Amino acid sequence: MKTLKILVGVAFVIAISAFALDKVSGAKIDKGYSIGDVATDFKLKNVDNSLVSLEDYKDAKGFIVVFTCNHCPYSVAYEDRIIALDATFKTKGYPVVAINPNNPKAYPDDSFDNMQIRAKDKGFTFPYLFDDGQKIYPQYGATKTPHVYVLEKTPQGNIVRYIGAIDNNYKDASAADQKYVEDAVNALLKGEKVPVEVTKAIGCSIKA
Amino acid sequence: MSRLILYTIFIVLFANCKGEQQTVALDATDVFESKGIEIPVYDFESFKPLLNINDGKVRVINFWATWCKPCVAELPYFELINSRYPKDKVEVILVSLDLPSQVEAKLIPFVKKQKIGSKVILLDDPDANSWIPEVNTEWSGSIPATVIYKDGNSNFYERSFTYNELEKELKKML
Repeated sequence: MKTLKILVGVAFVIAISAFALDKVSGAKIDKGYSIGDVATDFKLKNVDNSLVSLEDYKDAKGFIVVFTCNHCPYSVAYEDRIIALDATFKTKGYPVVAINPNNPKAYPDDSFDNMQIRAKDKGFTFPYLFDDGQKIYPQYGATKTPHVYVLEKTPQGNIVRYIGAIDNNYKDASAADQKYVEDAVNALLKGEKVPVEVTKAIGCSIKA
Repeated sequence: MSRLILYTIFIVLFANCKGEQQTVALDATDVFESKGIEIPVYDFESFKPLLNINDGKVRVINFWATWCKPCVAELPYFELINSRYPKDKVEVILVSLDLPSQVEAKLIPFVKKQKIGSKVILLDDPDANSWIPEVNTEWSGSIPATVIYKDGNSNFYERSFTYNELEKELKKML
């Protein structure tokens, strides 16, 4: 009888802690990073099967982290612009690091095999990483693709300086008159404050 | 096969207490027409009045797209709401965010095949950062997203629904 009581007690404690844990991680997903927060590093598998971390980039001044994927028309519409960002800013110390946050069970198009095909077809010049287990994007607070985080490397860590869209026209790059990411990185390179720090955009919901 | 015609929706109301007639007109910027289906296109300025009609009717406005799997998965529940509730009490409007280049290839065939009975319109306004906060300041921009409102009361949801969840939220407004 005593054993039973203990068992019930233990089960109760487990149930409570499971609930609490669930609440904590849920709150984290909802919030994500704000401007000025230190962004976590990661070790994720690239399409060339190597593992990539931000700390590998010894000479970088910062990063353009882009949560993107294969299946989303908005991501596809921005692919050429993501390649252009990498071409412009990699040599200046701000390389693009792309991460596919989707669970391939939800979107088979976003499987690792299909990432490899897409990266090859489009000639991605940047790593295209798979968020295996969907653990990194909730920490950043990415909710959709494409969703960009511009990070500045400092002695305190990689500080979030911009969150949002690449520019203000997903349909037509030449019609975009607000190039948010470009403006943010150019400001950081000059040691200035990022002019527009947070923007919103329509995108495809990330599915874990 | 689209042609630009003046496509204006008049919502004529006789409801207020003085018996005055109130008209809300939405001027479409374009209309896609194919296979007997017409999809009017709006930029945000022309769409905006739809978010603020005071006629005592509950409006369920769902932002979706054919490429958005969770959106497509919950569409039958919006359709069910649309067919189950009387037209003068509840109106469901499905606001597609498909790219205009996909309307004839994807959206119209989808609407036809699924026999969508709710009103389907296309919101085509690429400067999303300027209009997303006007729908709701809490919206990050991911879809599905839904506004349920009646007169001055409005609730916003950046999430997916089951039928029961959707009906529960609807009943809060009825």
